[in-house]
Amino acid sequence: MAVARTKRLPSRPVILLLQVAVLIGFFLLWHVLTATNILSPFFFGTPLAVLERTWNDFASGVIWYHLGITLLETALAFAIGTVAGIAFGFWFARAPLVSVVFDPYIKAVNALPRVVLAPIFALWLGLGIWSKVALGVTLVFFIVFFNVYQGVKEVSPVVLANARMLGASNRHLFRHVYLPSALSWVFSSLHTAVGFAMVGAVVGEYLGSAAGLGYRIHQAEGVFDTVGVFSGMLVLTIFVVVIDVVVTVIEKRLLHWRPQEAQTTNAQG
Amino acid sequence: MAEAPALRPEGTETPALRLEGVTCTFPSPDGRGSTYTAVQGVSFTVAAGEFVSIVGPTGSGKSTLLNVAAGLLEPSEGRAFAFGQLVNGINPLAGYMFQAEALMPWKSALENVAAGLEFRGVSKREAEERARPWLARVGLDRFGDRYPHQLSGGMRKRVALAQTLIVDPKIVLMDEPFSALDIQTRQMMENELLDLWSADRKSVVFITHDLEEAISMSDRVLVLSAGPGARLIGEYPVDLERPRDVAEIRMTPHFLDLHREIWGQLREEVLKGYAQTKLK
Repeated sequence: MAVARTKRLPSRPVILLLQVAVLIGFFLLWHVLTATNILSPFFFGTPLAVLERTWNDFASGVIWYHLGITLLETALAFAIGTVAGIAFGFWFARAPLVSVVFDPYIKAVNALPRVVLAPIFALWLGLGIWSKVALGVTLVFFIVFFNVYQGVKEVSPVVLANARMLGASNRHLFRHVYLPSALSWVFSSLHTAVGFAMVGAVVGEYLGSAAGLGYRIHQAEGVFDTVGVFSGMLVLTIFVVVIDVVVTVIEKRLLHWRPQEAQTTNAQG
Repeated sequence: MAEAPALRPEGTETPALRLEGVTCTFPSPDGRGSTYTAVQGVSFTVAAGEFVSIVGPTGSGKSTLLNVAAGLLEPSEGRAFAFGQLVNGINPLAGYMFQAEALMPWKSALENVAAGLEFRGVSKREAEERARPWLARVGLDRFGDRYPHQLSGGMRKRVALAQTLIVDPKIVLMDEPFSALDIQTRQMMENELLDLWSADRKSVVFITHDLEEAISMSDRVLVLSAGPGARLIGEYPVDLERPRDVAEIRMTPHFLDLHREIWGQLREEVLKGYAQTKLK
């Protein structure tokens, strides 16, 4: 097969090898700097201690509970935010008056840094999972909302006219034209939306809760346990990477009708 | 056995399509409240089973007329009738093949062809069963599960053709359907269209800016003047024998005579249209 001359990259195993090398290099550098006391182990922890702590947390099973809580919050925030975003996105796109009237308010609320809402939600919904879910929803909703709005607005008028000439009723148009078009926009923002759902969950936990990864990190910080903080961050990172892989798989399955032009940017072979 | 009595005497049969004094005025794109009249007082009929082409310079409102016939556009004045029925809203007797890409990109070729049947209440499975022979008829039986972006321009047009014809429209409206194709693919598609058409003789209104295409395909060619306010200014019966091969028929003397005659009138309009676009 012909390969474009300008964008020639080494093969996939080689890239993977290089990526692992960067990771190992980072840990080695960290290890050397802390072992030689150039960086104080008290402030920076040591990689071996962090890995050991993480391993022990997984082996003893304490982490699974917190991971489960964070995952649950993320999933709920994502699901509720997405459904609400799709519903409102459709409504606004199909009702121009509503969209014009509410436009400045939507923009104002979206411009608000959502972190400031966390204490309010804790006040309203308590310290359980729902205050975290609410925070995540406020983040996810707007991403999905704007994408669905765009997706419905940008349906090609020719495709629409064609479907109508083929006898499509309004219900058919929704099911066969508007929805697939809007969903393609939703799925293209899936990575961002899931990421934001998790940010909402973790930030919420961090600011006040009794369980979850954010809570663990906050606890460790409270007692100057740097190893605990870094271990929490490591678990969080692994969590994010795993979710991102899952999202990519789902995205590929659902958007298989779209031209694959973004291959080079995310190197998904 | 007695035949069912003919409801109308021969010759006054209800035309498949009749436009009566159609005028379409749009708000001007400059948005200052001024208006732009695309077509003015256009009337014509298309008989059942007749293949009529409309030619005219760019911007003469050819597509506007088709949209009126399809019921996608309500004319400012005048009316359209399909087999005697006033067109009010989407014309259920008409199929429309668009100039631009009109396939649903999220549906495979097979699903796209089946869509019209599905919209008419046929179950998805049955619709796809019935779409398969149509895909075969346009030579794409092996490409049913491809998505539009995986097909070439010519293949997409074939899918669109099958998609339009599968619901068995009595009137087929075609808006420069092959203008985006290269000349070889285009002549192949034109012949395929004539083959499909000769099988069950639907009424066809074919819009094109290509006079050769118009003559080689049609029974009659209508000429539109340059816009704004385009009117019908010529009507030419094409009495070339069928079946035709669109590439070969272009070499016959009678074709060349017809071409010379119509081009004589069309050229003036093309020049007028060109002068107007230059003035803007």
